[in-house]
Amino acid sequence: MRDFLTPPIAALQDFIILAGRAVRNVFRPPHYADDIFLQMDIIGVGSLSIVILTGFFSGLVITMQMSRALAQYGATGQVGQIVAITLVRELGPVLTAILVAGRNASGIASELGSMKVTEQIDAMRALGTDPIQKLVTPRMIAMCVTLPMLTIVSDFVGIFGGFVIARLSLGLTASQYWTSAYQALEYNDIVQGLLKPFVFAFVISLVGCFYGLRTTGGTQGVGRATTQAVVVASVWVFVLTALLTRIFVNLN
Amino acid sequence: MTAAEPKIDTESLLLFDNVGLHFDDVTALEGISFEMRAGETRVILGAAGSGKTTLLKAALGLIRPDSGRILLFGRQINDLKEKELFAIRSRVGVLFQEGGLFDSITVGENVAYPLLNRNTDAISMDHVGTKVVDALRFVELEQTVDKFPSELSGGMRRRVGIARAVITEPPLVLYDSPTAGLDPITANTIMALIAKERDSQNAANLIVTQRYQDGQLMANFRYNRTNGHLEPVSGNGGGNGNESNPTHTIFMVMKEGRLVFEGTQMELEASTDSYISKFVPKHY
Repeated sequence: MRDFLTPPIAALQDFIILAGRAVRNVFRPPHYADDIFLQMDIIGVGSLSIVILTGFFSGLVITMQMSRALAQYGATGQVGQIVAITLVRELGPVLTAILVAGRNASGIASELGSMKVTEQIDAMRALGTDPIQKLVTPRMIAMCVTLPMLTIVSDFVGIFGGFVIARLSLGLTASQYWTSAYQALEYNDIVQGLLKPFVFAFVISLVGCFYGLRTTGGTQGVGRATTQAVVVASVWVFVLTALLTRIFVNLN
Repeated sequence: MTAAEPKIDTESLLLFDNVGLHFDDVTALEGISFEMRAGETRVILGAAGSGKTTLLKAALGLIRPDSGRILLFGRQINDLKEKELFAIRSRVGVLFQEGGLFDSITVGENVAYPLLNRNTDAISMDHVGTKVVDALRFVELEQTVDKFPSELSGGMRRRVGIARAVITEPPLVLYDSPTAGLDPITANTIMALIAKERDSQNAANLIVTQRYQDGQLMANFRYNRTNGHLEPVSGNGGGNGNESNPTHTIFMVMKEGRLVFEGTQMELEASTDSYISKFVPKHY
């Protein structure tokens, strides 16, 4: 039992230490602003097109599915409300986070993993640079800034996707749809919809860095680290969204 | 012998005192003790997995030992925090096995990295640029300054790695398997550069290698600054004993994490131990 439990507990401990150092470095010089902007470009701008695409189609699909159920009660006019709440509170943050986890947790893990196996991380330390300061903290900051922004874009594009169906297929007017969508959202929904991507960003970036930095075993090890990073980051997104939803539902 | 003998300085640069290190059940280092002084060249031979690279990384504080003490420039580094180690490490040049160059920046930026990263007063970019070109010229690669490491061959990457290791003119340079995986001609070019660096800067060298020829070259050849060639230090090209070991080259042999031999080339060649004698080709 002890042998079985030791590795995951030790890994969790290492992860918490890495997270602690990465956060501490935010307040300590030197700050690598160039790296932060480069990562914001890679994570934020780089993920924009895929986030827009999936956001749009998820809004489209939710509207189509919901309209059928609402039609039974003659309430298709309320579809904007359902789309807005579902996307802003849950699907927007989670779908965007899963996409970014697949795209960037893997990218981060493979980049840092390759650096580890080619001794670039050791070289960095030998040349007087803290790899956590230079590599982890900029990725964490960039992800925490861009993921909430991407989520806002995804939410909006999703609601717009819903509007396309509401207008073309359900025959709702623009004001009917947008008023119902706008009025459905409360302060609590917005806070929840922005807090979730912030927490996900923190976990996705650090999981990617964590598995990248502990890569061993050459190129095969890089592949393994990349897979682990995506799987673990994705699972944590679902676990955390359940936890956060529970907290916010109770607050209501 | 045409070149002047380096000034013998007895300053202790690196000291290992009964150092031990284990990874789970594997013994990486066990009871390692030696002292390296200024002006010395130390060549560590050993089979793959014998702990050579681990020893080198422990010397830099990249890996912390489980037991024993490591002193770098007289300061115990075992218990120092990473940030405290940076200042000490800046006095050590290091070449990693595959060069350890940063892929995402150019060759010129790689070579400039140690200069720009030092916690000293600001230095002008013109000065950095001149030093980078000088360092790259030293390894005969000044034309690669704007290229990326991925555009270079394995031997060229190591030469750039040497330029980066020595740009700050450190008193101690560590080389991790500088010739591993290279053809004999490129390997000799790399070793000639290392000897040239040693004799140009009077730096102490710790060289980890699997090739006896690398140590043989360091022990018996010296760079002549006047004519720019490597020359044998004695008539027959062999160092005979301490008095005629003008390159102050000491061989060490590692086996399964232990240091099993420490001595001059002559003592190494005279060893009858079956493991040690495997590293010395018969015709030497």
